Amino acid sequence: MTLAEKILAAHCGKDKVSPGDFIDVRVDLILANDITAPLAIKEFERLGAKRVFDPQRVVMVPDHFVPNKDIPSAEQAKLMRQFAQEQGLIYFEVGAAGIEHVLLPEQGLVLPGDVVVGADSHTCTYGALGAFATGMGSTDIACAMATGDIWMKVPPTIKFIYHGRPRKWVGGKDLILYTIGEIGVDGALYAAMEFCGQAIDALSMDGRFTMSNMAIEAGAKAGICRVDEKTLDYVRPRARRPYVVFEPDDDAEYAAVVEYDVSQIEPQVAFPHIPSNTRPISQAGEIKLDQVVIGSCTNGRLEDLRIAAEILKGKQINKNLRLIIIPGTQGVYLNALREGLIETFIKAGAAVSTPTCGPCLGGYMGVLAPGERCLATTNRNFVGRMGSTESEVYLCNPAVAAASAILGKIASPEEIA
Amino acid sequence: MQGKAHKFGDNINTDVIIPARYLNVSDPAELARHCMEGIDSEFISRVQPGDIILAGANFGSGSSREHAPIAIKAAGINCVIAKSFARIFFRNAVNIGLPILECEEAVEQSDPGDTLEVELATGEIENVSKGLSFRAKPYPDFMLGIISAGGLVDYTKQRITRGL
Repeated sequence: MTLAEKILAAHCGKDKVSPGDFIDVRVDLILANDITAPLAIKEFERLGAKRVFDPQRVVMVPDHFVPNKDIPSAEQAKLMRQFAQEQGLIYFEVGAAGIEHVLLPEQGLVLPGDVVVGADSHTCTYGALGAFATGMGSTDIACAMATGDIWMKVPPTIKFIYHGRPRKWVGGKDLILYTIGEIGVDGALYAAMEFCGQAIDALSMDGRFTMSNMAIEAGAKAGICRVDEKTLDYVRPRARRPYVVFEPDDDAEYAAVVEYDVSQIEPQVAFPHIPSNTRPISQAGEIKLDQVVIGSCTNGRLEDLRIAAEILKGKQINKNLRLIIIPGTQGVYLNALREGLIETFIKAGAAVSTPTCGPCLGGYMGVLAPGERCLATTNRNFVGRMGSTESEVYLCNPAVAAASAILGKIASPEEIA
Repeated sequence: MQGKAHKFGDNINTDVIIPARYLNVSDPAELARHCMEGIDSEFISRVQPGDIILAGANFGSGSSREHAPIAIKAAGINCVIAKSFARIFFRNAVNIGLPILECEEAVEQSDPGDTLEVELATGEIENVSKGLSFRAKPYPDFMLGIISAGGLVDYTKQRITRGL
């Protein structure tokens, strides 16, 4: 069995599962946020359920529109807060919280071998820990909160092997953007992606989270990395419950095996209005920018901020654009502060915000006007994603974002002296 | 069910179905007012109760927001027929009782404004305007049960009542 099949089999009491099987899966953790929880709570109550199956396995994180951007958002956050308090759920208030998919691994709430379902499409981020994690809608989550299980169809697994050493300034973001550019936004539709190879082994945990995070942008149900010493070093000081490390069998059957030589991959930029519209940075051309955003569940971790600071140190951003930097969690923020990264950002002319999803989905804290163009380390560049339907979003890694903020146009870090 | 077709292309994502700036509420009628606003700002003024959406591959990709199928259903759309669906949207549509069918031929051979007749249980699609018939892949029984009940919550309640 593949890694995904092993985890799913262990969670449905079967010795073996195969792609296409309908199974009833026991879940280790359930997640919802301030946009999806209100609908889930409504359906939970309509179901007639009184208590969640296990309050220590249900997490609610306000992160999309908080600190509350308007009165309706405040009402949604209030509804979620009250439910979390009544039910005794794991809940992180503004000030302790952050972007859910940066926060949960950091807090040791997701562990290798887990099955996690979250009412957020980027729940697949936790695949980096060797967990089977997948996004669902609010009604699925409502029923899972009541029963502790959920039906799934076992997905086929596509194995992606990344050979070789990445070039300087190439990170997890570039590998996943390149992959999506090759296979398309439905290239892994309904499938589990399994990431492996020398280049994945060499990636930091932060880089692996970035890769797994964007599996959904290829249509995948999950994006899973194998557990190694780096994973265990990350998990050991954080875990507060036991976990199981699964490994794919040598004779596992894959729907396809895709291999890339990463030494040939440049930093990537996804042009509007679809993440698969990628180009190597050398072919980006002259694209002037109004705004640059560094942050999100894709690239709002400490390593991302360190890379941005390395480029921005002692420099000034271009006067014709705004640079908005958003640490993923309070923990990331505090570490960045201690390391002097925040001072570097502010001296360079960046606006630094409290953790929030904010601009990534056009919520607030950096919404675009018609005709404006933004380069972002986020995950989606759909029409209107960051504001006006007449604005444009380009996606890249933190190094390209920082260099571009200095030069006022999409630029390679190599262009910064 | 019978209705007039509205047609969209490939990779229609949930951000264009219901832009995130409207996700600070969850009232279906309010969400319906902005349905498809990110791709066709006049859609909601043209759509009639009972109409059908035709779309290309990977319909409903992107965000997990259940607000997307809710907005489509509340806008009066009776059924979405696409070449393929993104997986979270597929589950969400079934769960909230929005009928959806996968049928590449029906999408390719039908035009905006055509009258379509759909039989969910069998997956039969008839283009009344053009006199063409198609067959979509039928649902597994349990999924048809969810849709007929009006969604997962009502289905689960029925099962509980019947002691299943």
